[in-house]
Amino acid sequence: MKFLVCISNVPDTTTKIAFTPDNKEFNKAGVQFVINPWDEYALTRAIELKEAQGGGTVTVLNVGEADTEPNIRKALAIGADDAIRVNAHPKDAFFVAQQIASIAKDGGYDVILMGKESIDYNGFQVHGMVGELLGIPTVAPAMKLDLSGNTATLEREIEGGKEIVEVNTPFVASCQQPMCEPRIPNMRGIMTARTKPLKVVEATADAARTEVAAFALPPQKQGVKLIPAESAGDLIRLLRNEAKVI
Amino acid sequence: MSVLVVVECDGGEVKKSSLEVASYGSQVAQMLGTTATAVAVGEATEANLAQLGEQGITKVLHDAEPRLKDFVNGAYTKLIAAAAQKEDAKIIVLANSNIGASVGSRLSIRLQASIATNVVELPKIDGGSFTVKRGAFSGKAFADVKLDGDRKIIAVKKNSIEALHEAGKTAQVEAFSAQLSDADFADAPKQVVMQDQAGGILLPEADLVVSGGRGMKGPENWNLIEELAKALGAATACSKPVSDVDWRPHHEHVGQTGITVSPNLYIACGISGAIQHLAGVNSSKVIVVINKDPEAPFFKAADYGIVGDVFDVLPKLTQAVKELN
Repeated sequence: MKFLVCISNVPDTTTKIAFTPDNKEFNKAGVQFVINPWDEYALTRAIELKEAQGGGTVTVLNVGEADTEPNIRKALAIGADDAIRVNAHPKDAFFVAQQIASIAKDGGYDVILMGKESIDYNGFQVHGMVGELLGIPTVAPAMKLDLSGNTATLEREIEGGKEIVEVNTPFVASCQQPMCEPRIPNMRGIMTARTKPLKVVEATADAARTEVAAFALPPQKQGVKLIPAESAGDLIRLLRNEAKVI
Repeated sequence: MSVLVVVECDGGEVKKSSLEVASYGSQVAQMLGTTATAVAVGEATEANLAQLGEQGITKVLHDAEPRLKDFVNGAYTKLIAAAAQKEDAKIIVLANSNIGASVGSRLSIRLQASIATNVVELPKIDGGSFTVKRGAFSGKAFADVKLDGDRKIIAVKKNSIEALHEAGKTAQVEAFSAQLSDADFADAPKQVVMQDQAGGILLPEADLVVSGGRGMKGPENWNLIEELAKALGAATACSKPVSDVDWRPHHEHVGQTGITVSPNLYIACGISGAIQHLAGVNSSKVIVVINKDPEAPFFKAADYGIVGDVFDVLPKLTQAVKELN
């Protein structure tokens, strides 16, 4: 079975967010980038399923410029077999989805996995767009994924519960907890990752449909109002009379 | 040309987040000098759909196909696309829910529309320019996003828009068929499992949330969280370490890789406030932090705080709520 796992390159989860002076771009200066945490679930589950089947391939795909390669290599070190980088700035979800669909169309992949969203743009869009562009089902967000032959059984989160869904390959799923325990690379993986193939292809000419006019930080909090523990009940009166939330 | 609002229903009732979405859609329609039509998905009663008039909706399209009771991505996408075509909708508004965002992204391709999810304000419309404000960087920032093209899809974040209530106004409910075939239900669920919710309040829909962290010391102490939540009519939640060690189920985990919530009130009990947890809650209107460590980083993000032992403080709060009620 051929797995395609799409990963994003995102600022480390503890990064203090700042923007360029024109507020149009995230300020990357001094920021550590990581594989999008949601995508790590997709990557690890694909590797687990491949191992369980005793064969197949896991290809990692990233739409990004050359500075994303350390994290692509990390994905190879975790256990992916090969990688493709679409050499382009990921303009918006539509642009990225078109690149993924274009690669997937030619690659004959059975299962396309990715995280439910990226922790920087929080779009929750790419998986659905890819599914629609390819004319195959999308299951999002998936909390569990098992394969039996060409049939996949997934648990999909809905508000207040879950749906158990069966689909045939090929399909797209976006992944989230508690799908698996994301793996970290071991020394052997890091060594072998250096020699695994990483193909760089140019983007298709398709345009984006959205553009960020400006980023902004939320207003600063006014500061905490502390209530003595011994008169904790006063808090409830403040929440009703002052904050008016209960 | 109109605005189409996607209304999610559950057990016959319109979800609270969909009342907000309907209000958003009708205000956008007013800005554009047109009307807002809704299309209902899920199990809906005609009486409840007619009440969407209170949110400014003039007409509701309702496909009574029983298999639409549960979410089916393929069928919902086709239904909403058909409604959008019928109404010549240029703007489609949905909830930023698992249903709304899943369908919205597929629709954006099918209808050749631009899309913004996680939207927190009404759009700015200036000549040909259409800009929406959306959350980004896990709630640590906002982005003003320009949507291009003739058709636009907007997924509205819960609790971002006040629901309108114009008493006595009703919407006309119209039977609608999207001519769905068996193939449209290829990804229909084999089974739907609903979780036990404390007090029956769904965390993603909740106005009030009481949440516990490792400071609660063990699952046997969660009755203190549940009693306060019950008194307040709140949902319960937890931090990631708590769900990781199975003190609480995953569906209560709030944070960067869990559920993102934006309630009116978030009470964090024994949670230190790691940046990944804050990412899931920092768009809450009011944050209360209870922690015995005065240096806990969560106090910096809080509106109200109590430095004290949760085991002493929580019973006092529950008692105070009961007295107030």
